[in-house]
Amino acid sequence: MKIYDLPDARGHFGPYGGTFVAETLISALDALRDAYLTLRDDPAFQAELAYELKHYVGRPSPIYFARRWTAKVGGAKLFLKREDLNHTGAHKVNNTVGQAMLARHMGKRRVIAETGAGQHGVASATVAARYGMECVVYMGSEDVRRQAQNVYRMKLLGATVVPVESGSKTLKDALNEAMRDWVTNVDDTFYIIGTVAGPHPYPMMVRDFNSIVGKECLAQMPEMCGRQPDAVVACVGGGSNAMGIFHPYIPHEDVRLIGVEAGGEGIASGHHAATLSAGSPGVLHGNRTYLLQDQNGQIIETHSISAGLDYPGVGPEHAWLKDSGRAEYVNVTDDEALAAFHDLCRNEGIIPALESSHALAYAARLARDMDPDRIILVNLSGRGDKDMATVAQRMGMTL
Amino acid sequence: MSRIASTFQQLAASGRKALIPFFTAGDPDPATCVPLMHALVKGGANIIELGVPFSDPMADGPVIQRSSERALKHGVSLLQVFEMVRSFREQDGRTPVVVMGYANPIERLGFERFAEVARQSGVDGVVAVDYPPEECEELVLALRKREIDLIFLLAPTTTDARMDTVSRLASGYVYHVSLRGVTGAAHIDTAEVARQVERIRRHVQLPVGVGFGIRDAETACTVADVADAVVVGSRIVLEIEAAPAGAAPARVGALMQEFRSVMDCGAR
Repeated sequence: MKIYDLPDARGHFGPYGGTFVAETLISALDALRDAYLTLRDDPAFQAELAYELKHYVGRPSPIYFARRWTAKVGGAKLFLKREDLNHTGAHKVNNTVGQAMLARHMGKRRVIAETGAGQHGVASATVAARYGMECVVYMGSEDVRRQAQNVYRMKLLGATVVPVESGSKTLKDALNEAMRDWVTNVDDTFYIIGTVAGPHPYPMMVRDFNSIVGKECLAQMPEMCGRQPDAVVACVGGGSNAMGIFHPYIPHEDVRLIGVEAGGEGIASGHHAATLSAGSPGVLHGNRTYLLQDQNGQIIETHSISAGLDYPGVGPEHAWLKDSGRAEYVNVTDDEALAAFHDLCRNEGIIPALESSHALAYAARLARDMDPDRIILVNLSGRGDKDMATVAQRMGMTL
Repeated sequence: MSRIASTFQQLAASGRKALIPFFTAGDPDPATCVPLMHALVKGGANIIELGVPFSDPMADGPVIQRSSERALKHGVSLLQVFEMVRSFREQDGRTPVVVMGYANPIERLGFERFAEVARQSGVDGVVAVDYPPEECEELVLALRKREIDLIFLLAPTTTDARMDTVSRLASGYVYHVSLRGVTGAAHIDTAEVARQVERIRRHVQLPVGVGFGIRDAETACTVADVADAVVVGSRIVLEIEAAPAGAAPARVGALMQEFRSVMDCGAR
């Protein structure tokens, strides 16, 4: 096994990552990095985190053998890591619990977050309520309109939701606005970023908090089937659930790591969010990574049926894993993801999130060409209750 | 000597401070950019900071965000901004021009090409908001080769050690961000600015400009007492936004004159 110890001290994954922010944020990022590095190695903090993950989040999440779906697909065995069973319904809470605990240790009484579909906003509002902190969530006004239920959930949990009217009024603009809040209120405010992007130390820190997913799999897979899987498949928007399951597997070089991006209406249509498949390197939101941009370096609008994958950047560690060849990145369309969504509902009694349905769709495609003694592990990163309106609308119904 | 250095030298000789307006190139439309630049110079500006519009201006408040969006509606690119500077240079070979923007349009062009086109267009300095000193080595080299100044932002939270790092990389002037937050936010605390400028001078030998939050001529005058340059951004952009079609150059020219006369009365 090769040792993998990225990022370097300044947050670089090869040419990617780093700290591309205005000077006004540097001291806050330095303080955050120092606090995180101290607590990361603090057994008391780790014990407290483990307790929270067990009793509040409900970890460990099980691995489930999808027997009927495997039979329907025909080919390799399909296993699901059940992050959909976590409190709040997705992997996002692994990270927000960790960051909220960090905020508390740093003495911050106010947390802010950006959100696209609202999942990270809900996970942030949840932990803010749990720890008694004020919570402000920035959300593009387009998303506020499309995700009324999650907006209501955040409000029930005591958070303030601020609609963002600038730019394309979606996730990337919410992130810009959260950064502006942070730089203005940096003394008492902790910014909970929801994915493995942003300036150092966020990509590393969010990955570490989510890597509990992959660590559990490393132990669970041999118990269940006597060995590690042949391939691990996860969807990639910003990339936090994928980084969480990939990271502990990076040194296991005989395990293929496959990230599945949102192909939207197809790459050729231009309506997609497949940053690694169709983008090029640049700098956005504090790090160097692959971006969807025009020839002048302006960020372009993305499209996906799944709001959680609808982001024009991607975590810098994924950019590095792509270039180094350790991970492969593919994409599936809205229609393929929807088909997989329905397959899992009907064959396993599990309603997956539309984000996770992208991973399911590609895993099925992969399984068909593999022998039945092969094993594919899919990160079922979230449940699909939040997607009822979207799916119904697609089928010509209004709820 | 560079245009920026000689500008500061001449001002110092006459006991005056530099007045540096900022606006976004292409706001309200590309054709008005060069007339705006000339009007600002005529009104008393010593250096012009020309904003490069970007889709995700993370460090800017709502006023400059809106100006960026207006410019992008016209599809203004970094190369077009350089073209505007070239056109300005046809009539003005004396006033330094600094382009200010975010990293990604520069990355897209590549450091060498960016620096080369900047030089050919008559650009004197660059402020790259989201390239802190740790991340800009290649950019510094590309610009130095062509004698273009890289101007750094310094914040109240910048440590002394970082100021020393910036001092090794910076040329032209340094830009003190006078408050926490984004451009155009609250009013500034002038006593705190004085303390910060004094701290910067212990580490950096270059002229010190102060910006972010300077909304009126009186504040500019107070800041000019302690700094070498006053940067006025959101206030100018608001004037452009409020001006009826075709009136923006005259309006900002008059605003500049007001700042200039109040600042110069304050100079003793």
